[in-house]
Amino acid sequence: MRHVFLDHQSSTPVLSEVFDAMKPFFTEAFGNPSSLHQHGLRVRDALKTARQQMAALIHAESEEEIFFTSDGTESANLAIKGVAYANERKGKHLVVSATEHPSVIQSVEFLEKQGWTCTRVKVDREGFIDLADLRAAITPQTVLVALHHVNHDIGTIQPVREAGKICAELGVPLYVDCDASAGWLPIDVKEFGAALVSFSPHRFYGPKGVGVLYRNRKARIVSILHGGIQEGGRRAGTENVPAIVGGGVAAEIALKELPARSAHTAALQKRLWDGLKTQIPYIQLNGPVPGPGRICTNLNLSTEFIEGEGQLLLCDMNGIAVASGSSCVSKSLKISHVLGAIGLDHALAQGNIIMSLGKDNTEADIDYTVETFAKIVTKLRGMSPMWDEFQKGIIDSVIAPTGRGKSFSQHAADVSGKAAH
Amino acid sequence: MSDTYTLYNPTVMEHFMNPRNMGDIQDADGVGEVGAAACGDIMKISLKIKDGKIADARFKTFGCGSAIASSSMATELIKGRTIDEAMSFSNQEVVDALGGLPPVKIHCSVLAEEALKAALEDYVKKHPELAGKKTAEQAVTA
Ligand code: FES
Repeated sequence: MRHVFLDHQSSTPVLSEVFDAMKPFFTEAFGNPSSLHQHGLRVRDALKTARQQMAALIHAESEEEIFFTSDGTESANLAIKGVAYANERKGKHLVVSATEHPSVIQSVEFLEKQGWTCTRVKVDREGFIDLADLRAAITPQTVLVALHHVNHDIGTIQPVREAGKICAELGVPLYVDCDASAGWLPIDVKEFGAALVSFSPHRFYGPKGVGVLYRNRKARIVSILHGGIQEGGRRAGTENVPAIVGGGVAAEIALKELPARSAHTAALQKRLWDGLKTQIPYIQLNGPVPGPGRICTNLNLSTEFIEGEGQLLLCDMNGIAVASGSSCVSKSLKISHVLGAIGLDHALAQGNIIMSLGKDNTEADIDYTVETFAKIVTKLRGMSPMWDEFQKGIIDSVIAPTGRGKSFSQHAADVSGKAAH
Repeated sequence: MSDTYTLYNPTVMEHFMNPRNMGDIQDADGVGEVGAAACGDIMKISLKIKDGKIADARFKTFGCGSAIASSSMATELIKGRTIDEAMSFSNQEVVDALGGLPPVKIHCSVLAEEALKAALEDYVKKHPELAGKKTAEQAVTA
Protein backbone atom coordinates (compact mmCIF):
# COMPACT_ATOMS: atom_id res chain seq x y z
CA MET A 1 0.00 0.00 0.00
CA ARG A 2 1.18 3.51 -0.80
CA HIS A 3 1.72 5.76 2.23
CA VAL A 4 0.87 9.41 1.72
CA PHE A 5 1.38 11.84 4.57
CA LEU A 6 -0.99 14.77 4.12
CA ASP A 7 -0.93 16.16 7.64
CA HIS A 8 2.16 18.35 7.58
CA GLN A 9 0.35 20.94 9.69
CA SER A 10 0.48 18.50 12.59
CA SER A 11 4.19 17.79 12.17
CA THR A 12 6.94 16.96 9.70
CA PRO A 13 9.80 14.43 9.73
CA VAL A 14 13.19 15.63 10.96
CA LEU A 15 15.69 16.10 8.11
CA SER A 16 18.77 13.87 8.26
CA GLU A 17 21.03 16.96 8.39
CA VAL A 18 19.00 18.16 11.36
CA PHE A 19 19.17 14.82 13.13
CA ASP A 20 22.94 14.60 12.58
CA ALA A 21 23.42 18.08 14.01
CA MET A 22 21.42 17.14 17.10
CA LYS A 23 23.15 13.86 17.96
CA PRO A 24 26.31 15.16 19.67
CA PHE A 25 24.17 17.27 22.01
CA PHE A 26 22.63 14.16 23.55
CA THR A 27 25.98 12.54 24.33
CA GLU A 28 29.36 14.31 24.37
CA ALA A 29 28.02 17.89 24.34
CA PHE A 30 25.54 17.25 27.13
CA GLY A 31 26.36 20.32 29.20
CA ASN A 32 23.89 22.73 30.70
CA PRO A 33 24.19 26.12 29.01
CA SER A 34 23.93 27.82 32.41
CA SER A 35 27.18 26.17 33.59
CA LEU A 36 30.34 28.22 33.55
CA HIS A 37 32.79 25.46 32.59
CA GLN A 38 33.79 24.11 29.18
CA HIS A 39 30.75 21.84 28.92
CA GLY A 40 28.39 24.70 29.52
CA LEU A 41 30.21 27.22 27.36
CA ARG A 42 30.34 24.90 24.37
CA VAL A 43 26.59 24.43 24.50
CA ARG A 44 26.01 28.14 25.03
CA ASP A 45 27.81 28.74 21.78
CA ALA A 46 25.57 26.25 19.99
CA LEU A 47 22.49 28.04 21.30
CA LYS A 48 23.82 31.30 19.93
CA THR A 49 24.23 29.79 16.49
CA ALA A 50 20.68 28.44 16.64
CA ARG A 51 19.41 31.87 17.68
CA GLN A 52 21.13 33.40 14.66
CA GLN A 53 19.57 30.79 12.37
CA MET A 54 16.09 31.44 13.79
CA ALA A 55 16.60 35.21 13.54
CA ALA A 56 17.61 34.86 9.89
CA LEU A 57 14.45 32.92 9.03
CA ILE A 58 12.23 35.79 10.14
CA HIS A 59 14.65 38.62 9.29
CA ALA A 60 15.07 39.70 12.89
CA GLU A 61 17.84 42.21 13.47
CA SER A 62 19.64 40.40 16.24
CA GLU A 63 19.72 36.91 17.74
CA GLU A 64 19.19 38.54 21.11
CA GLU A 65 15.56 39.00 20.15
CA ILE A 66 15.03 35.22 19.95
CA PHE A 67 13.75 33.21 22.94
CA PHE A 68 13.45 29.46 23.09
CA THR A 69 10.42 27.80 24.62
CA SER A 70 9.14 24.23 24.52
CA ASP A 71 6.73 24.62 21.60
CA GLY A 72 4.35 26.91 19.74
CA THR A 73 1.77 26.72 22.49
CA GLU A 74 4.19 27.90 25.14
CA SER A 75 5.38 30.70 22.86
CA ALA A 76 1.78 31.88 22.43
CA ASN A 77 1.14 31.67 26.18
CA LEU A 78 4.29 33.67 26.88
CA ALA A 79 3.44 36.26 24.23
CA ILE A 80 -0.10 36.83 25.47
CA LYS A 81 0.27 36.47 29.24
CA GLY A 82 3.81 37.85 29.34
CA VAL A 83 2.82 41.08 27.60
CA ALA A 84 -0.49 41.36 29.47
CA TYR A 85 1.15 41.04 32.89
CA ALA A 86 4.02 43.38 31.96
CA ASN A 87 1.59 46.11 30.90
CA GLU A 88 -1.09 45.60 33.52
CA ARG A 89 -0.85 49.18 34.71
CA LYS A 90 -1.17 50.60 31.22
CA GLY A 91 -4.40 48.79 30.48
CA LYS A 92 -6.17 45.47 30.59
CA HIS A 93 -7.57 45.10 27.12
CA LEU A 94 -6.51 42.71 24.35
CA VAL A 95 -7.54 42.34 20.73
CA VAL A 96 -7.41 39.00 18.90
CA SER A 97 -9.07 37.59 15.81
CA ALA A 98 -11.86 35.06 16.19
CA THR A 99 -9.84 32.37 14.42
CA GLU A 100 -6.64 32.33 16.44
CA HIS A 101 -5.11 29.03 17.53
CA PRO A 102 -6.50 27.60 20.80
CA SER A 103 -3.18 28.46 22.53
CA VAL A 104 -3.98 32.14 21.91
CA ILE A 105 -7.74 31.97 22.50
CA GLN A 106 -7.42 30.03 25.74
CA SER A 107 -4.60 32.21 27.06
CA VAL A 108 -6.94 35.15 26.53
CA GLU A 109 -9.82 33.32 28.25
CA PHE A 110 -7.50 32.67 31.20
CA LEU A 111 -6.76 36.38 31.45
CA GLU A 112 -10.43 37.29 31.12
CA LYS A 113 -11.10 35.36 34.30
CA GLN A 114 -8.57 37.65 35.99
CA GLY A 115 -10.15 40.91 34.94
CA TRP A 116 -8.77 41.52 31.46
CA THR A 117 -11.19 42.16 28.62
CA CYS A 118 -10.74 41.10 25.05
CA THR A 119 -12.26 42.05 21.73
CA ARG A 120 -12.44 39.24 19.19
CA VAL A 121 -12.34 40.62 15.68
CA LYS A 122 -14.68 38.62 13.47
CA VAL A 123 -13.60 37.14 10.16
CA ASP A 124 -15.41 36.90 6.82
CA ARG A 125 -16.45 33.66 5.11
CA GLU A 126 -12.91 33.07 3.87
CA GLY A 127 -11.38 33.76 7.26
CA PHE A 128 -9.99 37.27 6.62
CA ILE A 129 -10.20 39.97 9.27
CA ASP A 130 -11.47 43.40 8.25
CA LEU A 131 -8.77 46.00 8.95
CA ALA A 132 -11.38 48.64 9.80
CA ASP A 133 -12.77 46.28 12.47
CA LEU A 134 -9.28 45.75 13.82
CA ARG A 135 -8.70 49.49 14.06
CA ALA A 136 -12.05 50.01 15.74
CA ALA A 137 -11.32 47.30 18.30
CA ILE A 138 -8.18 49.00 19.61
CA THR A 139 -8.76 51.28 22.62
CA PRO A 140 -6.40 53.36 24.77
CA GLN A 141 -6.41 50.42 27.22
CA THR A 142 -5.29 47.89 24.60
CA VAL A 143 -1.90 46.41 25.46
CA LEU A 144 -1.63 43.79 22.72
CA VAL A 145 -3.09 42.80 19.36
CA ALA A 146 -2.70 39.11 18.44
CA LEU A 147 -3.15 37.95 14.87
CA HIS A 148 -2.06 34.81 13.05
CA HIS A 149 -0.09 35.09 9.80
CA VAL A 150 -1.71 31.98 8.35
CA ASN A 151 -4.73 30.20 9.74
CA HIS A 152 -3.91 26.74 11.08
CA ASP A 153 -7.20 25.33 9.85
CA ILE A 154 -8.22 26.96 6.57
CA GLY A 155 -4.91 28.45 5.35
CA THR A 156 -6.04 32.10 5.15
CA ILE A 157 -3.13 34.55 4.89
CA GLN A 158 -4.00 37.61 7.00
CA PRO A 159 -3.06 41.16 5.99
CA VAL A 160 -0.40 41.31 8.71
CA ARG A 161 1.61 44.15 7.17
CA GLU A 162 -1.46 46.39 7.12
CA ALA A 163 -2.38 45.28 10.63
CA GLY A 164 1.17 46.15 11.69
CA LYS A 165 0.79 49.67 10.31
CA ILE A 166 -2.45 50.21 12.22
CA CYS A 167 -0.87 48.94 15.43
CA ALA A 168 2.20 51.12 14.96
CA GLU A 169 0.03 54.15 14.35
CA LEU A 170 -2.00 53.50 17.49
CA GLY A 171 1.05 52.52 19.53
CA VAL A 172 -0.01 48.96 20.40
CA PRO A 173 2.36 46.00 20.04
CA LEU A 174 1.36 43.34 17.51
CA TYR A 175 1.97 39.65 18.13
CA VAL A 176 1.93 37.52 14.97
CA ASP A 177 1.52 33.75 15.35
CA CYS A 178 3.56 32.31 12.47
CA ASP A 179 3.23 28.66 13.43
CA ALA A 180 1.42 27.73 10.22
CA SER A 181 3.58 29.86 7.93
CA ALA A 182 7.20 29.78 9.15
CA GLY A 183 9.40 27.85 6.76
CA TRP A 184 6.76 28.04 4.01
CA LEU A 185 6.15 31.73 3.45
CA PRO A 186 8.65 34.60 3.73
CA ILE A 187 8.49 36.33 7.10
CA ASP A 188 10.04 39.70 7.85
CA VAL A 189 9.32 40.95 11.35
CA LYS A 190 10.10 44.54 10.39
CA GLU A 191 7.84 44.44 7.37
CA PHE A 192 5.12 42.92 9.55
CA GLY A 193 5.63 45.65 12.12
CA ALA A 194 5.54 42.84 14.67
CA ALA A 195 6.67 43.27 18.26
CA LEU A 196 6.37 39.50 18.81
CA VAL A 197 6.40 36.52 16.47
CA SER A 198 6.19 32.83 17.34
CA PHE A 199 6.84 29.65 15.39
CA SER A 200 7.77 25.98 15.79
CA PRO A 201 10.57 24.21 13.94
CA HIS A 202 8.74 20.86 13.89
CA ARG A 203 6.44 22.36 11.27
CA PHE A 204 9.37 22.71 8.84
CA TYR A 205 11.38 19.51 9.30
CA GLY A 206 12.89 20.34 12.67
CA PRO A 207 12.33 18.43 15.93
CA LYS A 208 9.50 18.72 18.42
CA GLY A 209 10.25 20.12 21.85
CA VAL A 210 11.35 23.59 20.84
CA GLY A 211 9.34 26.71 20.14
CA VAL A 212 10.57 30.15 19.22
CA LEU A 213 9.41 33.55 20.36
CA TYR A 214 10.82 36.65 18.73
CA ARG A 215 10.48 39.77 20.83
CA ASN A 216 11.40 43.21 19.63
CA ARG A 217 13.56 44.91 22.27
CA LYS A 218 10.99 47.62 22.79
CA ALA A 219 8.18 45.23 23.74
CA ARG A 220 7.78 44.69 27.47
CA ILE A 221 7.26 41.13 28.58
CA VAL A 222 7.52 39.22 31.87
CA SER A 223 8.23 35.56 32.44
CA ILE A 224 5.34 33.22 33.14
CA LEU A 225 7.66 30.42 34.29
CA HIS A 226 9.71 31.00 37.40
CA GLY A 227 12.80 29.43 38.86
CA GLY A 228 15.71 30.46 36.68
CA ILE A 229 17.29 33.22 34.64
CA GLN A 230 17.49 31.37 31.34
CA GLU A 231 16.57 33.26 28.16
CA GLY A 232 17.38 36.60 29.72
CA GLY A 233 15.02 35.87 32.60
CA ARG A 234 12.04 35.60 30.27
CA ARG A 235 11.75 31.84 30.26
CA ALA A 236 13.03 29.86 33.23
CA GLY A 237 13.95 26.23 32.71
CA THR A 238 16.85 24.28 31.24
CA GLU A 239 16.94 24.63 27.48
CA ASN A 240 16.17 21.60 25.29
CA VAL A 241 19.58 21.91 23.68
CA PRO A 242 19.45 19.12 21.04
CA ALA A 243 16.04 20.31 19.81
CA ILE A 244 17.18 23.94 19.70
CA VAL A 245 20.29 23.02 17.72
CA GLY A 246 18.22 20.88 15.34
CA GLY A 247 15.59 23.59 15.02
CA GLY A 248 18.27 26.10 14.07
CA VAL A 249 19.58 23.86 11.29
CA ALA A 250 16.01 23.24 10.09
CA ALA A 251 15.45 27.02 9.97
CA GLU A 252 18.62 27.57 7.97
CA ILE A 253 17.64 24.91 5.42
CA ALA A 254 14.04 26.13 5.30
CA LEU A 255 15.19 29.65 4.46
CA LYS A 256 17.37 28.34 1.63
CA GLU A 257 14.74 25.96 0.26
CA LEU A 258 11.69 28.13 0.87
CA PRO A 259 11.09 29.17 -2.77
CA ALA A 260 11.44 25.58 -4.02
CA ARG A 261 9.25 24.14 -1.25
CA SER A 262 6.52 26.71 -1.81
CA ALA A 263 6.51 26.22 -5.58
CA HIS A 264 6.40 22.44 -5.21
CA THR A 265 3.56 22.38 -2.70
CA ALA A 266 1.62 25.06 -4.59
CA ALA A 267 1.67 22.89 -7.73
CA LEU A 268 0.53 19.84 -5.75
CA GLN A 269 -2.14 21.86 -3.99
CA LYS A 270 -3.59 22.83 -7.36
CA ARG A 271 -3.37 19.27 -8.69
CA LEU A 272 -5.07 17.89 -5.59
CA TRP A 273 -7.94 20.37 -5.52
CA ASP A 274 -8.47 20.18 -9.31
CA GLY A 275 -8.55 16.39 -9.06
CA LEU A 276 -10.92 16.27 -6.10
CA LYS A 277 -13.40 18.77 -7.46
CA THR A 278 -13.63 17.01 -10.83
CA GLN A 279 -13.93 13.52 -9.32
CA ILE A 280 -16.31 14.26 -6.46
CA PRO A 281 -19.69 16.02 -6.64
CA TYR A 282 -20.81 18.17 -3.69
CA ILE A 283 -17.34 18.93 -2.34
CA GLN A 284 -16.15 22.41 -1.47
CA LEU A 285 -12.99 24.16 -0.43
CA ASN A 286 -13.18 26.19 2.79
CA GLY A 287 -11.06 29.31 3.05
CA PRO A 288 -9.63 31.35 0.16
CA VAL A 289 -8.96 29.87 -3.29
CA PRO A 290 -5.36 28.69 -3.74
CA GLY A 291 -3.27 31.75 -4.63
CA PRO A 292 -1.97 34.82 -2.82
CA GLY A 293 -4.68 34.62 -0.12
CA ARG A 294 -3.99 31.05 0.92
CA ILE A 295 -0.92 29.15 2.07
CA CYS A 296 0.44 26.74 -0.55
CA THR A 297 0.33 23.71 1.75
CA ASN A 298 -3.28 23.61 2.95
CA LEU A 299 -6.59 22.34 1.60
CA ASN A 300 -9.60 22.39 3.92
CA LEU A 301 -12.45 20.44 2.39
CA SER A 302 -16.08 19.79 3.11
CA THR A 303 -17.68 16.80 1.46
CA GLU A 304 -21.41 16.86 1.78
CA PHE A 305 -23.70 14.13 3.19
CA ILE A 306 -20.90 12.29 5.00
CA GLU A 307 -19.07 12.80 8.28
CA GLY A 308 -15.35 13.57 8.68
CA GLU A 309 -14.14 10.92 11.11
CA GLY A 310 -15.26 8.11 8.82
CA GLN A 311 -13.41 9.79 5.94
CA LEU A 312 -10.29 10.18 8.08
CA LEU A 313 -10.35 6.53 9.23
CA LEU A 314 -10.85 5.17 5.73
CA CYS A 315 -8.07 7.42 4.41
CA ASP A 316 -5.82 6.10 7.15
CA MET A 317 -6.69 2.47 6.37
CA ASN A 318 -5.68 3.28 2.78
CA GLY A 319 -2.35 4.77 3.82
CA ILE A 320 -3.36 8.43 3.62
CA ALA A 321 -2.87 10.55 6.75
CA VAL A 322 -5.25 13.53 7.00
CA ALA A 323 -6.94 15.62 9.73
CA SER A 324 -10.55 16.69 10.34
CA GLY A 325 -12.38 19.48 12.12
CA SER A 326 -15.60 17.47 12.48
CA SER A 327 -17.19 17.42 15.92
CA CYS A 328 -16.95 13.62 16.01
CA VAL A 329 -13.15 13.89 15.86
CA SER A 330 -12.82 16.32 18.76
CA LYS A 331 -12.95 15.24 22.36
CA SER A 332 -15.34 18.07 23.13
CA LEU A 333 -17.72 17.01 20.31
CA LYS A 334 -17.59 20.52 18.92
CA ILE A 335 -16.71 21.46 15.37
CA SER A 336 -13.49 23.40 14.83
CA HIS A 337 -13.99 26.95 16.12
CA VAL A 338 -12.50 28.27 12.88
CA LEU A 339 -15.19 26.56 10.81
CA GLY A 340 -17.75 28.03 13.19
CA ALA A 341 -16.24 31.52 12.88
CA ILE A 342 -16.42 31.52 9.06
CA GLY A 343 -20.09 30.61 9.38
CA LEU A 344 -19.77 27.21 7.76
CA ASP A 345 -23.02 25.24 7.79
CA HIS A 346 -22.94 22.49 10.44
CA ALA A 347 -23.51 19.81 7.82
CA LEU A 348 -20.41 20.94 5.95
CA ALA A 349 -18.36 21.27 9.12
CA GLN A 350 -19.24 17.65 9.95
CA GLY A 351 -17.88 16.54 6.58
CA ASN A 352 -14.59 18.35 7.07
CA ILE A 353 -11.16 17.02 6.07
CA ILE A 354 -7.88 18.93 6.16
CA MET A 355 -5.06 17.89 3.84
CA SER A 356 -1.69 19.60 4.27
CA LEU A 357 1.16 19.10 1.86
CA GLY A 358 4.90 18.81 2.34
CA LYS A 359 8.06 18.94 0.28
CA ASP A 360 8.28 15.16 -0.12
CA ASN A 361 4.77 14.62 -1.51
CA THR A 362 4.78 13.65 -5.18
CA GLU A 363 2.35 13.92 -8.08
CA ALA A 364 1.81 10.16 -7.82
CA ASP A 365 0.84 10.65 -4.14
CA ILE A 366 -1.71 13.24 -5.18
CA ASP A 367 -3.20 11.10 -7.93
CA TYR A 368 -3.49 8.16 -5.55
CA THR A 369 -5.16 10.42 -2.98
CA VAL A 370 -7.70 11.77 -5.47
CA GLU A 371 -8.58 8.30 -6.69
CA THR A 372 -8.78 6.79 -3.19
CA PHE A 373 -10.67 9.68 -1.66
CA ALA A 374 -13.30 9.53 -4.43
CA LYS A 375 -13.86 5.84 -3.58
CA ILE A 376 -14.10 6.60 0.13
CA VAL A 377 -16.70 9.29 -0.50
CA THR A 378 -18.76 6.89 -2.61
CA LYS A 379 -18.55 4.20 0.07
CA LEU A 380 -19.60 6.54 2.89
CA ARG A 381 -22.37 8.15 0.85
CA GLY A 382 -23.69 4.65 0.20
CA MET A 383 -24.03 4.28 3.98
CA SER A 384 -25.42 7.74 4.63
CA PRO A 385 -29.14 8.35 5.17
CA MET A 386 -28.51 11.95 4.14
CA TRP A 387 -27.28 11.04 0.67
CA ASP A 388 -30.39 8.95 0.21
CA GLU A 389 -32.67 11.69 1.47
CA PHE A 390 -30.95 14.17 -0.81
CA GLN A 391 -31.62 11.91 -3.82
CA LYS A 392 -35.27 11.73 -2.75
CA GLY A 393 -35.56 15.51 -2.37
CA ILE A 394 -36.19 15.36 1.38
CA ILE A 395 -33.10 17.42 2.19
CA ASP A 396 -31.20 19.84 0.00
CA SER A 397 -27.53 20.35 -0.75
CA VAL A 398 -25.80 23.33 0.84
CA ILE A 399 -23.03 23.38 -1.76
CA ALA A 400 -25.28 23.25 -4.83
CA PRO A 401 -28.88 23.80 -3.73
CA THR A 402 -31.60 22.32 -5.93
CA GLY A 403 -34.40 24.19 -4.20
CA ARG A 404 -36.03 20.90 -3.15
CA GLY A 405 -36.28 19.72 0.43
CA LYS A 406 -35.31 21.21 3.78
CA SER A 407 -31.82 21.98 4.97
CA PHE A 408 -29.68 19.29 6.54
CA SER A 409 -29.44 21.31 9.75
CA GLN A 410 -33.22 21.59 9.94
CA HIS A 411 -33.53 17.87 9.34
CA ALA A 412 -30.88 17.06 11.96
CA ALA A 413 -32.67 19.29 14.46
CA ASP A 414 -36.00 17.61 13.63
CA VAL A 415 -34.72 14.10 14.22
CA SER A 416 -32.60 14.88 17.25
CA GLY A 417 -35.14 17.24 18.79
CA LYS A 418 -32.37 19.79 19.30
CA ALA A 419 -30.47 22.21 17.10
CA ALA A 420 -26.96 21.08 16.20
CA HIS A 421 -24.17 23.40 17.29
CA MET B 1 5.30 1.47 8.96
CA SER B 2 5.04 -2.24 9.58
CA ASP B 3 2.43 -2.29 12.33
CA THR B 4 -1.02 -0.84 11.94
CA TYR B 5 -2.26 1.20 14.83
CA THR B 6 -5.96 1.85 15.06
CA LEU B 7 -8.12 4.38 16.80
CA TYR B 8 -10.59 1.69 17.92
CA ASN B 9 -10.24 -1.95 18.92
CA PRO B 10 -10.17 -4.59 16.14
CA THR B 11 -13.87 -5.49 16.51
CA VAL B 12 -14.98 -1.87 16.13
CA MET B 13 -12.63 -1.38 13.18
CA GLU B 14 -13.90 -4.56 11.55
CA HIS B 15 -17.53 -3.45 11.85
CA PHE B 16 -16.62 0.01 10.60
CA MET B 17 -14.70 -1.31 7.59
CA ASN B 18 -17.18 -4.08 6.75
CA PRO B 19 -20.49 -3.07 8.24
CA ARG B 20 -23.21 -5.72 8.48
CA ASN B 21 -26.79 -5.00 7.43
CA MET B 22 -26.04 -1.71 5.77
CA GLY B 23 -28.86 -0.41 3.64
CA ASP B 24 -32.62 0.09 3.63
CA ILE B 25 -35.50 -2.37 3.71
CA GLN B 26 -37.80 -1.33 0.89
CA ASP B 27 -41.09 -2.55 2.43
CA ALA B 28 -40.00 -2.04 6.02
CA ASP B 29 -42.51 -2.56 8.82
CA GLY B 30 -40.89 0.05 11.00
CA VAL B 31 -38.39 2.85 10.33
CA GLY B 32 -36.65 5.03 12.91
CA GLU B 33 -34.38 7.97 12.24
CA VAL B 34 -32.71 9.80 15.12
CA GLY B 35 -30.01 12.40 15.58
CA ALA B 36 -27.33 12.77 18.23
CA ALA B 37 -27.77 16.07 20.01
CA ALA B 38 -24.12 15.92 21.12
CA CYS B 39 -22.45 15.88 17.73
CA GLY B 40 -25.24 16.30 15.17
CA ASP B 41 -25.00 12.88 13.57
CA ILE B 42 -27.89 10.84 12.21
CA MET B 43 -28.82 7.17 12.23
CA LYS B 44 -31.67 5.34 10.56
CA ILE B 45 -32.76 1.77 11.23
CA SER B 46 -35.44 -0.11 9.30
CA LEU B 47 -37.03 -3.37 10.45
CA LYS B 48 -38.88 -6.24 8.89
CA ILE B 49 -41.11 -7.96 11.43
CA LYS B 50 -42.53 -11.43 11.04
CA ASP B 51 -44.58 -13.34 13.65
CA GLY B 52 -43.72 -10.81 16.32
CA LYS B 53 -40.02 -11.18 15.72
CA ILE B 54 -37.42 -9.03 14.01
CA ALA B 55 -36.79 -10.87 10.77
CA ASP B 56 -34.44 -8.29 9.30
CA ALA B 57 -32.77 -5.05 10.36
CA ARG B 58 -30.84 -2.58 8.25
CA PHE B 59 -29.12 0.71 8.98
CA LYS B 60 -27.88 3.85 7.35
CA THR B 61 -25.61 6.15 9.34
CA PHE B 62 -24.20 9.64 8.94
CA GLY B 63 -21.65 9.59 11.72
CA CYS B 64 -18.28 8.61 13.06
CA GLY B 65 -16.56 5.23 12.98
CA SER B 66 -18.10 4.26 16.33
CA ALA B 67 -21.56 5.19 15.13
CA ILE B 68 -21.22 3.06 11.99
CA ALA B 69 -19.80 0.14 13.98
CA SER B 70 -22.55 0.54 16.62
CA SER B 71 -25.30 0.44 14.03
CA SER B 72 -23.73 -2.58 12.37
CA MET B 73 -23.50 -4.41 15.70
CA ALA B 74 -26.93 -3.34 16.94
CA THR B 75 -28.66 -4.62 13.80
CA GLU B 76 -26.77 -7.92 14.14
CA LEU B 77 -27.77 -8.32 17.77
CA ILE B 78 -31.48 -7.63 17.44
CA LYS B 79 -32.26 -9.91 14.54
CA GLY B 80 -34.43 -12.79 15.76
CA ARG B 81 -35.58 -11.01 18.90
CA THR B 82 -39.25 -10.50 19.75
CA ILE B 83 -40.59 -6.97 19.84
CA ASP B 84 -40.74 -7.01 23.62
CA GLU B 85 -37.17 -8.22 23.87
CA ALA B 86 -36.06 -5.57 21.42
CA MET B 87 -37.91 -2.89 23.41
CA SER B 88 -35.58 -3.43 26.34
CA PHE B 89 -32.45 -3.40 24.17
CA SER B 90 -29.74 -1.23 25.66
CA ASN B 91 -26.71 0.47 24.18
CA GLN B 92 -24.57 -1.31 26.77
CA GLU B 93 -25.13 -4.52 24.84
CA VAL B 94 -23.65 -2.89 21.75
CA VAL B 95 -20.70 -1.52 23.71
CA ASP B 96 -20.01 -4.95 25.25
CA ALA B 97 -20.35 -6.79 21.95
CA LEU B 98 -17.94 -4.33 20.35
CA GLY B 99 -15.44 -4.95 23.14
CA GLY B 100 -15.75 -1.40 24.43
CA LEU B 101 -15.84 2.13 23.00
CA PRO B 102 -13.84 5.19 24.10
CA PRO B 103 -15.81 7.14 26.77
CA VAL B 104 -16.46 10.07 24.43
CA LYS B 105 -17.98 7.63 21.91
CA ILE B 106 -20.54 5.97 24.14
CA HIS B 107 -23.22 8.34 22.85
CA CYS B 108 -22.75 6.84 19.38
CA SER B 109 -24.02 3.49 20.72
CA VAL B 110 -26.91 5.30 22.40
CA LEU B 111 -27.82 6.58 18.95
CA ALA B 112 -28.14 2.95 17.79
CA GLU B 113 -30.41 2.12 20.73
CA GLU B 114 -32.56 5.17 20.01
CA ALA B 115 -32.81 4.45 16.29
CA LEU B 116 -33.90 0.89 17.02
CA LYS B 117 -36.51 2.04 19.52
CA ALA B 118 -37.78 4.68 17.12
CA ALA B 119 -38.19 1.97 14.49
CA LEU B 120 -40.06 -0.26 16.96
CA GLU B 121 -42.32 2.63 17.98
CA ASP B 122 -43.04 3.29 14.33
CA TYR B 123 -44.06 -0.34 13.96
CA VAL B 124 -46.21 -0.29 17.08
CA LYS B 125 -47.88 2.92 15.90
CA LYS B 126 -48.88 1.14 12.71
CA HIS B 127 -50.22 -1.76 14.77
CA PRO B 128 -52.39 -0.26 17.50
CA GLU B 129 -53.44 -3.76 18.64
CA LEU B 130 -49.83 -4.29 19.81
CA ALA B 131 -49.77 -1.00 21.66
CA GLY B 132 -52.79 -2.19 23.65
CA LYS B 133 -51.07 -5.48 24.40
CA LYS B 134 -47.96 -3.66 25.45
CA THR B 135 -49.85 -1.42 27.88
CA ALA B 136 -51.62 -4.43 29.35
CA GLU B 137 -48.29 -6.18 29.86
CA GLN B 138 -46.75 -3.12 31.45
CA ALA B 139 -49.74 -2.96 33.78
CA VAL B 140 -49.06 -6.55 34.80
CA THR B 141 -45.37 -5.99 35.44
CA ALA B 142 -46.11 -2.78 37.31
S1 FES C 1 -21.74 9.86 15.97
FE1 FES C 1 -20.68 11.76 16.24
S2 FES C 1 -19.16 11.14 17.60
FE2 FES C 1 -20.02 9.25 17.04
